[in-house]
Amino acid sequence: MDANDSNEEKTPVSVEDVHKAFGEQKVLNGVNLQVGRGETLAVLGRSGTGKSVLLKLLIGLDKPDSGVVRMHGQDVAALKPEQLAALRKRIGFLFQQAALYDSLTVEENVAFPLSRHSKDSPEQQRERVHQLLESVGMGDHGHKMPSQISGGMQKRVGLARALVLEPDILLFDEPTAGLDPITTDEIGELIVNQQKERKLTAIVVTHDIRGAKAFADRLVLLRDGKVVAEGTFQELQKSQDKFVTQFVGSA
Amino acid sequence: MSTHANRVALHASVATPHRANVTDEIRKLLVSFFEWFGLFGDFCAKLAHAFLTPPYEWRELMRQCDSIGTLSLPLVALAGAATGVVLSMETRDSLSRFGAKSMLPAVIVYSILKESGPVITGLVVSGRVGAGIGAELGSMRVTEQIDAMEASAVDPFRYLVATRVLACILMLPLLTLAADMAGIFMGWVANNLQEPISLQLFFDNGFKTVAFDDFLPPTLKTMVYGLIIGTIACFEGMRTTGGTAGVGRSTTRSVVLASLFVILADVVLVRLILVFFP
Repeated sequence: MDANDSNEEKTPVSVEDVHKAFGEQKVLNGVNLQVGRGETLAVLGRSGTGKSVLLKLLIGLDKPDSGVVRMHGQDVAALKPEQLAALRKRIGFLFQQAALYDSLTVEENVAFPLSRHSKDSPEQQRERVHQLLESVGMGDHGHKMPSQISGGMQKRVGLARALVLEPDILLFDEPTAGLDPITTDEIGELIVNQQKERKLTAIVVTHDIRGAKAFADRLVLLRDGKVVAEGTFQELQKSQDKFVTQFVGSA
Repeated sequence: MSTHANRVALHASVATPHRANVTDEIRKLLVSFFEWFGLFGDFCAKLAHAFLTPPYEWRELMRQCDSIGTLSLPLVALAGAATGVVLSMETRDSLSRFGAKSMLPAVIVYSILKESGPVITGLVVSGRVGAGIGAELGSMRVTEQIDAMEASAVDPFRYLVATRVLACILMLPLLTLAADMAGIFMGWVANNLQEPISLQLFFDNGFKTVAFDDFLPPTLKTMVYGLIIGTIACFEGMRTTGGTAGVGRSTTRSVVLASLFVILADVVLVRLILVFFP
């Protein structure tokens, strides 16, 4: 194993001086961050600070204007389509509104990536989908359409779909946004359990500082497209910066 | 003199921003016009690549053929039937004036097979399928379903676009056959109500002068309509932005552009058919 491989093992996610603008609007303005293997990082910040854009850059749904995003040591923007597809199989993504395919049932939604990438028999695939739905508490709802289940349930199914290819990195975009406090806690607990059980590296973009305190090993605070604070919840609590104390204080 | 100079200066100060605005608007229009063609060209290149290289999404293709073909069938047949009835009623009067009423079955069959059937099918499918694809892909885009597909390493271009375009190409000739049959049959019904004639005799008279070249090229030209409808609707749907209002705009653009390009393509295709099948 050479130095690069070892570095990749230790830091599967690395963002180096990333800039991104949409027209005149600068969204990310020199973001740097690293996420260690098995670590859960919460990315916090006010609306419109580029948190979701950052996640899309990580999985190659968008490209940075400058700077480098490395996932498992690979420069995401420089990958060829087939290399990017191979990388994406190792990353799970839970979208803000779950983004379930509304023409497919819950079961078909979870099975969708599996049916395209797995060499398992249909029977084994069905078994895996069933297990995953059970693990997120949706075992009895496989036959339903996404429109027939609540927002919280959709998030659970989205999580099952994100886990189906057994990724080693999970990206969450506002996993608890728009949910009631009880469901928020349930989803938070589910994320922690799945992350610990599977030893995943996770990046959670969220407004929910209370949730972030519960499930993140480390927090990053974005402001005006830059990282303004980074550390554990306790470290951020000691910050003298008014913005940081205001944000962390709300927990 | 100074008053005149002031007036000129004032006029210039008013006129220049206005002229600048108009020039700016024209420039923006031209840029967006060429930008549309540039993006559309790029989209077509990706589509060609998806057609020519595996993997292929056969199950989704079958589902789309069913959705585009089966569900459009009643509408296309109805439109074809209405065309047959109208042709029968209108042409009977004209032919009677020239004492050529016996030519009526041939005129109906010839008109429907050569032009009415294919064009009516093209326009009806532009409306139904163009709107359907534009709205479906547009909503998938704004609700991040297409991003989710990409994120799970599935190429949405192969899964969503190539299958829909290919289904349109395959289904259009079959739907045209349905429109042709419904049109000819209802032409006979309308004719029969005015002046009883057996179906056998109507068909004998109708198809007596029709050659294979009169039927096959016009029917197969609808594959080009299918390519146009599928490609434009998918293109507009995939580049939707701006939430539900954006979905509405893509749907409208899909229908309008698909219908327009079908009519324009018809002019070119008819000319080509006349050249190659004189």
